[in-house]
Amino acid sequence: MSSSDGAFSRWRHSEGAQGLILVSPTFLYALLLLAAPLATIVAISFWTQDYLVMIREFTLANYIRAWTEPLFQTLMLRSVVIAVIVTAATVLLAFPIAYYVSFNVRPERKALWIFLITIPFWTSYLLRVFLWKVILGYNGVLNSGLLGLGLIDEPLTFILYNANAVVITLAHAWAPFAILPIFVALEKIDRALLEAGQDLGESRFTTFLRVTLPLAMPGVVAATLIVFIPTIGDYVTPKLVGGPDGAMISNMIQLQFMKLNNGPLGAALAISGMIIVTAISLIFLWLNRRYLKVRQ
Amino acid sequence: MTRQLIELDRVEKNYGEVRALTGVSAEIREGEFFSLLGPSGCGKTTLLRTIAGFEDLSGGQLRIDGQDMRGVPANKRPTNMVFQSYAIFPHLSVGENVGFGLRRKGLGREAMAREVGQALDMVGLGGYETRASHALSGGQRQRVALARALVLKPRVLLLDEPLSALDKKLREQMQVELRKLQRQVGITFILVTHDQEEALIMSDRIAVMFDGGIAQLDSPQVLYRRPVSRRVAEFIGVMNFLDASVGGNGADGLEVDVAGLGRVALDPAQCPEGRSGTSTVVGLRPETMTILFDTSEKAARVAEGSVSEVVYFGDMTYYDVTLDGVAAPVTISMRNLPGRPVLDRGARARVGWDAGAMVLFR
Repeated sequence: MSSSDGAFSRWRHSEGAQGLILVSPTFLYALLLLAAPLATIVAISFWTQDYLVMIREFTLANYIRAWTEPLFQTLMLRSVVIAVIVTAATVLLAFPIAYYVSFNVRPERKALWIFLITIPFWTSYLLRVFLWKVILGYNGVLNSGLLGLGLIDEPLTFILYNANAVVITLAHAWAPFAILPIFVALEKIDRALLEAGQDLGESRFTTFLRVTLPLAMPGVVAATLIVFIPTIGDYVTPKLVGGPDGAMISNMIQLQFMKLNNGPLGAALAISGMIIVTAISLIFLWLNRRYLKVRQ
Repeated sequence: MTRQLIELDRVEKNYGEVRALTGVSAEIREGEFFSLLGPSGCGKTTLLRTIAGFEDLSGGQLRIDGQDMRGVPANKRPTNMVFQSYAIFPHLSVGENVGFGLRRKGLGREAMAREVGQALDMVGLGGYETRASHALSGGQRQRVALARALVLKPRVLLLDEPLSALDKKLREQMQVELRKLQRQVGITFILVTHDQEEALIMSDRIAVMFDGGIAQLDSPQVLYRRPVSRRVAEFIGVMNFLDASVGGNGADGLEVDVAGLGRVALDPAQCPEGRSGTSTVVGLRPETMTILFDTSEKAARVAEGSVSEVVYFGDMTYYDVTLDGVAAPVTISMRNLPGRPVLDRGARARVGWDAGAMVLFR
């Protein structure tokens, strides 16, 4: 056997090579379906479009429009605000549920509870959004129920076809994604640490603040990012329950690509959105590391 | 002179049908090193946790410093605990861990740093304040847990098998260190352990627990020399058991005929369980018997037998000797003094023994 053969076969059996072989299918998949489209979008965002013809000349005009036109500014700001509210609502509501399952449910029942929490996911996302329409609508379940009980005289209109509806729907949709990471973080806490907290003079509540909460923060941070990042770019929910006042940036991107034949502007808006999400996420992570010493 | 600090009065604890503590009564004195010793599941940890306030009592009374502890939560008790897992807060540095309980005392920043520093010095971790707690070794974690509890100057320090996770050498070192530390700070220590040697080395008094109750509460010496039952005797150290039949009360005490050894008269103190029936056993520790290597050596009583097993330990040799007329061999330990031979298997041996070291069991 030649020495190069030996070297190759040695390389083939090395840990590095085996790792490479293991990740390469996923890597190829990601390259084809994530990196390539992303690169295309980045490229398009610097071009212009004339009806159906793409003019491949470098320009920053799309970005200038995306960042200066009041309509786009409004939509972008609204997307961020809605995403922040949805994230805050979801994580705040998810924490007590995760806490209850982790600390108050008997160990043999926990799997069942987690299973129950994921049940809404057995139906499609679209269907769930439609169901919220049925619940929140003018003649919907909520309004007819409240009318029937005599609690209101005329149907509530502030709960559908506006930003409120988007927040309600998204918060429900993302709840399990927030519950699970927080639950996992809580599960990892050694229960002896809580006893130690009380043994050292803290009440149950102050032990929660000084021990449980800091140790659960990695889960809370994960939940926050998991909910925030996709929410800001959500398209279906604002489309279906948002109405004109609940429209978000993705709806505008869709409009630019599909209706207005201005792919480059849509692409610039998309890239701008990504930059904003990345920036906000990084600032959030930095703040956590700085002030809460969250170690991932 | 010595005050009772903790009084346990028929303390009971049930988990559903399981009776973890079945009416434990004991008094723990101020400033003593007290051990709860027993096999796993005997209730020793449950008892410790009831003292700490992590478990409610199902019955009986627990008083610390004369105060009934019913309804007093763990954070309001004058006790602090070193947990088996050490329970070091992973999100806090060594200094923050040790200072955790001090925060409530309203000390200034400087006073707190000084107390933390002193506590760390005491356990040999001076200057470790800023270290991350997850980078510590097992022995260091244990010291941090000790410092964190002792810095609060509790009336009672509770230790839940604190040495079981350490390797043998470190464990032996910590046993001596803990004992020294306890004398130095003068705080009452209550140690839970399943290691009888550890309990003997460290304690002023030991409560041996079986099945949720205390079988014997005595000093290590009394516990070793005069176990009150065969079960306690078997749990602590090695003991040989020889069949015996009980006769009447003679002038020198209870007359007992011991298989392979002959007639002896036992003092009432040697019969902790009293006399009952005629067929019984006597116990003899391995070191209370000697092998007489030289015909000139004298002993109170002498028996004959043959060596069936030899285990050489360097400083000691353990012999299994089958006494003439007895089926089961007895174990005899001998120091390997200079010039003293080590017998071979099969050799004949003369065994010296003393009736005064015997204990009669039911």
